[in-house]
Amino acid sequence: MLTHLPILQVILPLVAAPSCLIIRRASLVWLFTLAVSVAALAVSVLMLQQVYTAGPISYTLGGWQAPWGIEYRIDLLNAWVLLIVSGLSSVVLAAAHTSVAREVDSNRQTLFYTLYLLCLAGLLGIVATGDVFNVFVFLEISSLSTYALIALGRDRRALWAAFQYLIMGTIGATFILIGIGFLYMMTGTLNMADLAVRLPALGNSATVLAAFAFIFVGICLKLALFPLHQWLPNAYSYAPSIVTAFLAATATKVALYLLLRFTVTVFGVELSLASLPLESLLIGLGLVGVFAASAVAIYQVDIKRMFAYSSVAQIGYMVVGIGIGTATALQATLLHLFNHALMKGGLFLALAGLVYRVGACRIEHFRGLGGAMPWTMAAIVVGGISLIGVPLTVGFVSKWYLIAAAVDSGLWWVAVLVVLGSLLAVAYIWRLVEAAYFQPPADATRGEAPIGLLAPTWLLIGANLYFGIDTRLPVEVTAAAAQFLLGGAQ
Amino acid sequence: MLLASLYNYWIVIALMMIGLYMVIVQGNLIKKIIGLNIFQTSVFIFYISVGKVDGGSAPILSAGESLYSNPLPHVLILTAIVVGIATTSLALALVIRIERAYGSVEERDIQAAEGEQSC
Repeated sequence: MLTHLPILQVILPLVAAPSCLIIRRASLVWLFTLAVSVAALAVSVLMLQQVYTAGPISYTLGGWQAPWGIEYRIDLLNAWVLLIVSGLSSVVLAAAHTSVAREVDSNRQTLFYTLYLLCLAGLLGIVATGDVFNVFVFLEISSLSTYALIALGRDRRALWAAFQYLIMGTIGATFILIGIGFLYMMTGTLNMADLAVRLPALGNSATVLAAFAFIFVGICLKLALFPLHQWLPNAYSYAPSIVTAFLAATATKVALYLLLRFTVTVFGVELSLASLPLESLLIGLGLVGVFAASAVAIYQVDIKRMFAYSSVAQIGYMVVGIGIGTATALQATLLHLFNHALMKGGLFLALAGLVYRVGACRIEHFRGLGGAMPWTMAAIVVGGISLIGVPLTVGFVSKWYLIAAAVDSGLWWVAVLVVLGSLLAVAYIWRLVEAAYFQPPADATRGEAPIGLLAPTWLLIGANLYFGIDTRLPVEVTAAAAQFLLGGAQ
Repeated sequence: MLLASLYNYWIVIALMMIGLYMVIVQGNLIKKIIGLNIFQTSVFIFYISVGKVDGGSAPILSAGESLYSNPLPHVLILTAIVVGIATTSLALALVIRIERAYGSVEERDIQAAEGEQSC
């Protein structure tokens, strides 16, 4: 059983997805989905423990030896991201029953959970696999189910958002496929570890550089790195609230993992960061993304959309960390990966509570919310403070490491810009605080969000505070993962 | 002659550009999907070309044959074709629902209906 953990991680949700259609009753399906997600979480916890004590796990599918067969290779980096994805998915699912019952038509609820599990299986698969073609297949599994999940939104604009995302996402995935084709052409292998061994021998071959360019652009489309982020605000705004929370907490994190995996492990730092101007490109795009997206966020009327732009900005910080490329910087990126999942998971779940009561979450619905829905609003404030990066929240921890890394590398201006970018976050969070606490309520009869939504929200918001104070677990794991990444691919 | 001997790659590039151009320029959603299909098809041809070994026969074990084409890209592209079909059918399903909701499959009409904000 224990030796099969890597495949169980992926196969559990994958097999469970069609089983949902047999159960049919929406609340039973929900319980079943939640159980599967928690089981996936348990698997990822076990694997992280195993990897932390005994080193990377290599699992060969069907006993076919790598590099011929497909290999699942779990090291600290994947194990960490797997834990984030399965953990956040479980918490979001715990809140799903209440919110989905209100936001998704009753005849589609079973299908909603099926799609959710498929998407989860795809995301976990991307992270677990050590085979580049497998990455493409799982990427498409998760993407296709994401398009359908977004289209489940009640607003007709959800359809348009899903279609736009489908076009962009397919172009991105096909770019990755072209890049993989080039890599296979040059090396005759699809195994990541094997590629990492063979690629340096080829030097700066034009084909390898073209492969890198295609894969890089493809992943950045999925990642919604500025200026390839246009699909994200629409998709996040019009999808059902639970889908938004799930995607914000997991999908972009997985894309960021892919970027790290390809730039650092497969192509190696020598090629990607040293011989190409990737460092300045990533830092530049990341910082422009932080400022442009934060500035746009300030003027948004729809608050889901505002936090969507804020996500684009936060992705900017993570990409800056990869761009700087030192161990501390990569650690900052990995920390922010975890922290941002906690923040945005909590914030979007809190918004789901507001949507549950009001049916929308525009800025005018926040008037007097501090009195009408004190717990929901308090969650949004704490999440917002964490987003800004105030001490005693997780947001502070990752920004601290990022600034320290920038200063260590002599990039003072980057450190200054990161701080300035955080000030923009103050501006858009303050709008909410002002509306909620200093304006008279628009409608005094509104009640608090139901406990089924409030409890998962506060679990995540509480984690924002807990890991902001007791930073040992994330800091130790990410430090080891960053060291491992830079200390050679094996 | 380099140009002629690599003609399949030139076809790939041409199809790829035609497909991408259609996705970007066409306002009709169905035509966009067709463009996306042409774009994906170019990648299929690319993979098949990579798998060809000069003078190699079809990769089926048979007496009197010692040189075979590489079957792995063929297998990979079978998977990619399935993915492409899934994408196309999902896209078409979305277009049907868009047509019901907006009464049009033209990008311009939909954007006008929403007063689409850019960025």
